[in-house]
Amino acid sequence: MTDIATYNFAYLDEQTKRMIRRAILKGIAIPGYQVPFASREMPMPYGWGTGGVQVTASIIGPNDVLKVIDQGADDTTNAVSIRAFFKKVANVAVTTDTASATIIQTRHRIPEHPLTAGQVLVYQVPIPEPLRFLEPRETETRKMHALEEYGLMHVKLYEDIAKHGRIATTYAYPVKVEGRYVMDPSPTPKFDNPKMHRSPALQLFGAGREKRIYAVPPFTEVVSLDFEDHPFEVQTFDQPCALCAAENVYLDEVILDDHGGHMFVCSDTDHCEKRRADGHRGHLAPETHLASEKMEPAQ
Amino acid sequence: MPTPLVVSDVAKSFTMHLRDGIKLPVIAGVSFSIKAGECTVLGGPSGAGKSSILKMLYGNYAVDEGQIIVMHDDGLIDLATASPRTVLAIRRQTIGYVSQFLRTVPRVSALDVVAEPLVERGEDREIARGKARALLAQLNLPEKLWALPPATFSGGEQQRVNIARGFITEHPILLLDEPTASLDARNRDVVIELIAAKKAADVALLGIFHDHDVRKAVADRVIDVTAFAPGKIAA
Amino acid sequence: MTDEPLLRVSALSKFYGSRVGCDNVSFELWPGEVLAVVGESGSGKTTLLNCLSTRLLPSSGTAGYRMRDGQFRELYRMSEAERRFLMRTDWGFVHQNPADGLRMTVSAGANVGERLMAVGDRHYGRIRATAVDWLSRVEIDEDRIDDEPRAFSGGMRQRLQIARNLVTGPRLVFMDEPTGGLDVSVQARLLDLLRGLVTDLGLAAIVVTHDLAVARLLSQRMMVMKDGRVVESGLTDRVLDDPRAPYTQLLVSSILQV
Repeated sequence: MTDIATYNFAYLDEQTKRMIRRAILKGIAIPGYQVPFASREMPMPYGWGTGGVQVTASIIGPNDVLKVIDQGADDTTNAVSIRAFFKKVANVAVTTDTASATIIQTRHRIPEHPLTAGQVLVYQVPIPEPLRFLEPRETETRKMHALEEYGLMHVKLYEDIAKHGRIATTYAYPVKVEGRYVMDPSPTPKFDNPKMHRSPALQLFGAGREKRIYAVPPFTEVVSLDFEDHPFEVQTFDQPCALCAAENVYLDEVILDDHGGHMFVCSDTDHCEKRRADGHRGHLAPETHLASEKMEPAQ
Repeated sequence: MPTPLVVSDVAKSFTMHLRDGIKLPVIAGVSFSIKAGECTVLGGPSGAGKSSILKMLYGNYAVDEGQIIVMHDDGLIDLATASPRTVLAIRRQTIGYVSQFLRTVPRVSALDVVAEPLVERGEDREIARGKARALLAQLNLPEKLWALPPATFSGGEQQRVNIARGFITEHPILLLDEPTASLDARNRDVVIELIAAKKAADVALLGIFHDHDVRKAVADRVIDVTAFAPGKIAA
Repeated sequence: MTDEPLLRVSALSKFYGSRVGCDNVSFELWPGEVLAVVGESGSGKTTLLNCLSTRLLPSSGTAGYRMRDGQFRELYRMSEAERRFLMRTDWGFVHQNPADGLRMTVSAGANVGERLMAVGDRHYGRIRATAVDWLSRVEIDEDRIDDEPRAFSGGMRQRLQIARNLVTGPRLVFMDEPTGGLDVSVQARLLDLLRGLVTDLGLAAIVVTHDLAVARLLSQRMMVMKDGRVVESGLTDRVLDDPRAPYTQLLVSSILQV
């Protein structure tokens, strides 16, 4: 075990963690409401998940098992760095396995594997205010939330249909939480919106630069906004994952060469690997079996 | 004969604040009444205050003293002290007015200018336009002008639009401020016919006519306004 | 015709410290009536308009508004939520500068549709059809519906602002110099349009203007303000043809003749 004595447990001091926990509790009490908090400087730049990291640091305990994903992947710089960070400052167990994690910090995806009661999903949020692009004044957007004046949100969707013939918003698709607050689900693809609805897991959102925390408690109504004649729809893909043949999952496009070759693969790397380990094979899957390759060598 | 309008002891002066507050008395002690079915004419030289009297009766000039009792909406109202809203109602229902000059509105056709008072009284727009067409035809306004805004019309053409606008409604009292001033003989005769028709319909008319022939043809009674000349009142 | 006014204003005053915004203003406004408030810059007419539209709270005085259910409500005792609801349903506010009243970065159609969506309309097709109808009523071609007002001329922007305000069928519209800053020919078109809409819809309106010609064309009644006080009021044509107060005489005599 590495020595963590040079840092307080989970990097933040206890007073800060209490302050953040209070904000989290308030957020849970008022689902979808953006609670201001005194965001701290973290040893990483804004935009790299400082909000999510502060939330995680405030709720993590020695017995937690942490998973960190970036756009669905466990193996990108951001995910690897944050995972390493908590391993170092909290000495917690880390994993890439969705099912065995107790805390999952995410940037822009919800795992394909259904979350269960007791799990906490921590979102990194760049811009928490769903009304921001239409109304630049913070005083005004706060008033609009307070008075439940959400007509403007539909103006944005109207513009989409007018321009593209359909609601073209594909990520950060606004939702109404428990019939009250309109919330930005962070830039997750709208494909993931239905997973938020009545999820058994606790969902926490941290925006470090904007200094806001909000929450969706387990089993809360999360409804995507739409029009009667243009109902909400998730993205569909006309082919399965090229590696694991999964259908009804969110796919990323991967460019293979300079001649226009490309393939669509699961954005959730853990999900894809598990399926391949179980013997599912897509049409571009390499002959060699990948199941033995582990992302994170066991220590 | 009912007497829908009684004027008693009305006085009017202008205070010119921009010229050291000098007071210009216009008229004083004006008392008369007009009867339904009659055309009463205000007589007297220019500057005697004939137009001012008409304007006071229409609420266009304020009244310094006296009463103007109008039979309106089955009651009697003193127009000299009535609220603006009441004056508007009286104009809409009881007192019509044909001014000397047409105040044009940009982009509104002559036909709609004429039909407007009827529409304001709640008449269907197409029916009102029908009546407007009939009147404009009677007044010999070329049909090609009907759809145009009257701003660019000649004086006589504008005056005919103005007359049609004043005569289209069925106000029980009609005030006429030199309606024939810029008309040719043929159209003067039409106006005389229109006035006769109003009289037959029991409308009480009060007018100013400088044209002797017209005055002779329509007047049942002449009120000499010089009798109401104000005394020499110092400012 | 109803025998009750729409708006009852009593002894309304607004002070900015020791400076007078407007002082002891009282009047009543009936449905279908257009009241012009005239006076030079700094006379308090815009302060009065902002107080009446509850964009500004007065220092003292009351203003009662007859709601659609016939009940009079004291404007300054309403909650902010109620006032804002009034503002986007039963009232309109036409700013002098259309950029203050429009969303310049969303399309004309969405600008018109916003109020409908704000009161809960969730049917795109219906919202768009209503927007098309209103654009045509303010003489904007249907094929401009998806253009942003940034691409519109000043006159078109102002007409769009009017459509945006009238789409929910308000009963009272506040206008702050609605034709200010427009070319004369554009002004004439806008005035005519406003006149027609006000008559057709039976709107009550309070129009702040320094242009007496605009007041004469649009309003039946007029208040003349100077130094925050109402110096003269009455029928518009009476005030303009027989001005009594020294200041009104000065105003009327200052009109340029064409």
